[in-house]
Amino acid sequence: MSLTKEPKPEPGVSRRGFIRGVGLGGGAIGTGILEHEAQAAQPAGGKSIGPGAVPVTLQVNGKPHKLNLEPRVTLLDALRDHLDYTGAKKVCDQGVCGSCTVLVDGKAVYACSMLAIDAQGKDVQTAESLSAGGKVSPIITAFVANDALQCGFCTPGWVMATKAFLAKNPSPTYEQVKQGFGGNLCRCGAYNGIRRAVLQAAQDLKGGANA
Amino acid sequence: MPDYSWPPTEKRRVMGRRLSRIDGMVKATGRAKFGYDIKRPGLLHAAVLTSPYAAARITSIDTSAAEKTKGVAAVEIVSKPGTMVQWQGTEIVAVAAETLDIARDAVRKIKVEYEVLPHVVNEADLAKAGARAKPAAEQVAGDPDQAFKDADGTSEGFYGLPVITHCTTETHGQVIEWQGDKLEYWPSTQALSSVGPELAKMLGIPAANVHVMQDHMGVGYGSKFSCDRWGAFGARLSKASGGRAVKLFLDRAADQLMAGNRPSHFAQIRLGAKKDGTILVWQSRSWSTGGMTGGGMPPIPYVYTKIPNRRLNHTAVQVNAGGQRAWRAPNHPAASYLTNCAIDDLAAALKLDPLEVFKKNADYTAFPEVYRWQLDKAAEMIGWKKLWHPRGDSGKGAVKRGLGIGVGTWGGAGHASQCRAIIHPDGTAEVELASQDLGTGTRTVIAMVAAETLGLPVGAIRVKIGDTNYPPSGSSGGSTTVGGVSTSTRKATTDALAKLLEVVAPGLGAQPEELEAVGGVIRLKASPAKSIPWKAACKKLGVSPISAMGENNPKLAPKEGLNTGGVAGAQIADVSVDTETGVVRLNRLAVVQDCGLIINPKTAESQCYGAAHMSVCAALCEERIMDDITGRMLNPNMEFYKLAGMPDIGEIIVYLDIRPEHDKRGVIGLGEPPVVPGIGAIANAVTNAIGVRISVVPMTADKVLAALEGRKA
Repeated sequence: MSLTKEPKPEPGVSRRGFIRGVGLGGGAIGTGILEHEAQAAQPAGGKSIGPGAVPVTLQVNGKPHKLNLEPRVTLLDALRDHLDYTGAKKVCDQGVCGSCTVLVDGKAVYACSMLAIDAQGKDVQTAESLSAGGKVSPIITAFVANDALQCGFCTPGWVMATKAFLAKNPSPTYEQVKQGFGGNLCRCGAYNGIRRAVLQAAQDLKGGANA
Repeated sequence: MPDYSWPPTEKRRVMGRRLSRIDGMVKATGRAKFGYDIKRPGLLHAAVLTSPYAAARITSIDTSAAEKTKGVAAVEIVSKPGTMVQWQGTEIVAVAAETLDIARDAVRKIKVEYEVLPHVVNEADLAKAGARAKPAAEQVAGDPDQAFKDADGTSEGFYGLPVITHCTTETHGQVIEWQGDKLEYWPSTQALSSVGPELAKMLGIPAANVHVMQDHMGVGYGSKFSCDRWGAFGARLSKASGGRAVKLFLDRAADQLMAGNRPSHFAQIRLGAKKDGTILVWQSRSWSTGGMTGGGMPPIPYVYTKIPNRRLNHTAVQVNAGGQRAWRAPNHPAASYLTNCAIDDLAAALKLDPLEVFKKNADYTAFPEVYRWQLDKAAEMIGWKKLWHPRGDSGKGAVKRGLGIGVGTWGGAGHASQCRAIIHPDGTAEVELASQDLGTGTRTVIAMVAAETLGLPVGAIRVKIGDTNYPPSGSSGGSTTVGGVSTSTRKATTDALAKLLEVVAPGLGAQPEELEAVGGVIRLKASPAKSIPWKAACKKLGVSPISAMGENNPKLAPKEGLNTGGVAGAQIADVSVDTETGVVRLNRLAVVQDCGLIINPKTAESQCYGAAHMSVCAALCEERIMDDITGRMLNPNMEFYKLAGMPDIGEIIVYLDIRPEHDKRGVIGLGEPPVVPGIGAIANAVTNAIGVRISVVPMTADKVLAALEGRKA
């Protein structure tokens, strides 16, 4: 039976709208390797900012960037649309798939679920940093050598998740690798290659190469 | 006529090697630009208001508040008042603004009034479909009634697969920009050469005025052949904004609702057989939906097409949900699942080993010897003799282990493709095709074929695809790309090389046909020491490059033998089922794939891994869930639309049947074949483990527990 007099739906409250509303910051919503730190951020001196644009300084891949952003702009949109770091991708846009994974102060974070203003004063690292100045990380070469990607859309998220994972687990077992990436999805199904790539990258990094 | 045939295996220097894809580095470093990453000066971002109702008539639309919103550049009404909405997600109004947030703000301010109408959104229970059920004429072969009388045993079962979506990483959409009366168009497409003309027709402009570009794309799986309605209204937003570029990619929810899906398939199937397992008769009553178009009958009985007595009834069911699109191997995974489950149930009813029953009936297939060999190979890989047990006889303990079989088939001959090869006086070699790389490794196989033909390393070949300034090449569907582009590239580079050999032959005191290009030199075949390096040879061209066109014409291809189609495949799954929690784990999946000439075993295997993983998703977690009351999809996202993650995928063991007799068949596409047998294999393995069949996939924990308790999930 269908409802013929259903009331008009209210505009939905999106997950991000909710996050923005309550001012959570600095963390991933999902599970897996990402850090759980969804604690409420301290209001800046007790006063609210926005909704208009405010000056924001982001430190990305070692370089400071001065931007003028509405407080609601996510770190992902800031990186992609206001700067030109398009490696991180918006796929699920709700903190599930990991395609937007970047490192914030060394920790893997879903950039779609963190506000740019909350990333200020922190060191943001994107996939592009793994080949900065023509110096290619062993993580990248391991992904290429093991065909750990097909379409490649989610891949920058995987390589950053790998960097965070290997920082914590420099000598992982195969089983640890298999279980350690629950926070990223690959629709093409390059998982077999990704597992081998992570193990190879672990070896190569121990061999003295820099990440 | 030049000899285009593939070099014999022992002479190949590039083809057949396990090379890393040539665009792997640019993708892994995040520097690859997908359509979704394209930046243009003054780029606007678009958002789309979609219908919350599955069935409704639009009575009024008020966009005034949206238009007044600061930062909004253009508002385009897509579905005018009076339009009948037939599924949730139908596009109503599109807005282009300075940022996506502003566009979304404006969308929220649009007021649309609907007259809500009755809907039907579910089809699993055919009895409830009412007037939405459209039965087709019965198909009968042989004498099914007599055959059932003659049968020593029969089995009957109900099997189903729900609608699933493509859920591509990059959603559907494009960046589009008017430049005068011409369009610059960056879509996410499987059909670079045809989306431009299609869009031009929708906009009423000459096809030549549309320039399409795409370096990389976040896959399609069959859902990205069209420029789509949003291509047209994206272009109109750009025009209304004074020609500013507009980026319009669907959000995840809209993409899940209306950018394509795989139709459902349900069937009640009865089989009759002799006591040795020889099938005598197939009888099925099937139904399916692909949205308001209903859904066609899958090709059943599948693979075992020559079962002599058959009665088939099919009903298409119309539901108020987004329309179906081709989904990797359209209809085959469903047909395979239905058929393989029915055969497995027959084997259990006759108390026979299903491996023997699948093999026994192989004479009903197009490739009896291939299937028997593949089934034995997969059985050996998985340890069938040691691990298989009669259905449900899986010992004590809460965790039960089981094995199951699936088989499949596919075409995969090459599509129409044209390639231009250019050799420059400085030795640079280019190949140009308006083709696309979906992540399958197309760019890499083109480079390998060109390198093989010109006797150069892969790195010396500049592959230029993804631009309609290059010669047209077919769309990437039906596993047709590798056959098409490898053939056109082979011909173009062979002919370009022939022109170069004519130029250098006199200097070597030889006839052009006495020369060959190998290892970076041009040399006499008879006395290889007599040679000239590639660069020196090209220098003889003076100032003018040489070029040649090559074409794959699907009508001529079978005679030429560079590419063909028609492959078989068999897979055996090994699962563990926790009978206390209901959780199914795939331990291993043995994938035995028939193939032709394999250009790059590394990327070919990746196709098998990826395809097998999609079977795991469909078998264990993935489904579109529709709500009868509201008519809405309950999981138009990636949180509750479940895809398998890395911990969910067991060991996929791939065996590509590379051998001389298959090599002679030429190149055959592999994108689709390995995605076919897996769902049936996994379902049969679960049934073998727990002793009862879970009729409708995905086999989620609730269904497993319900089946064990003998109740309906």
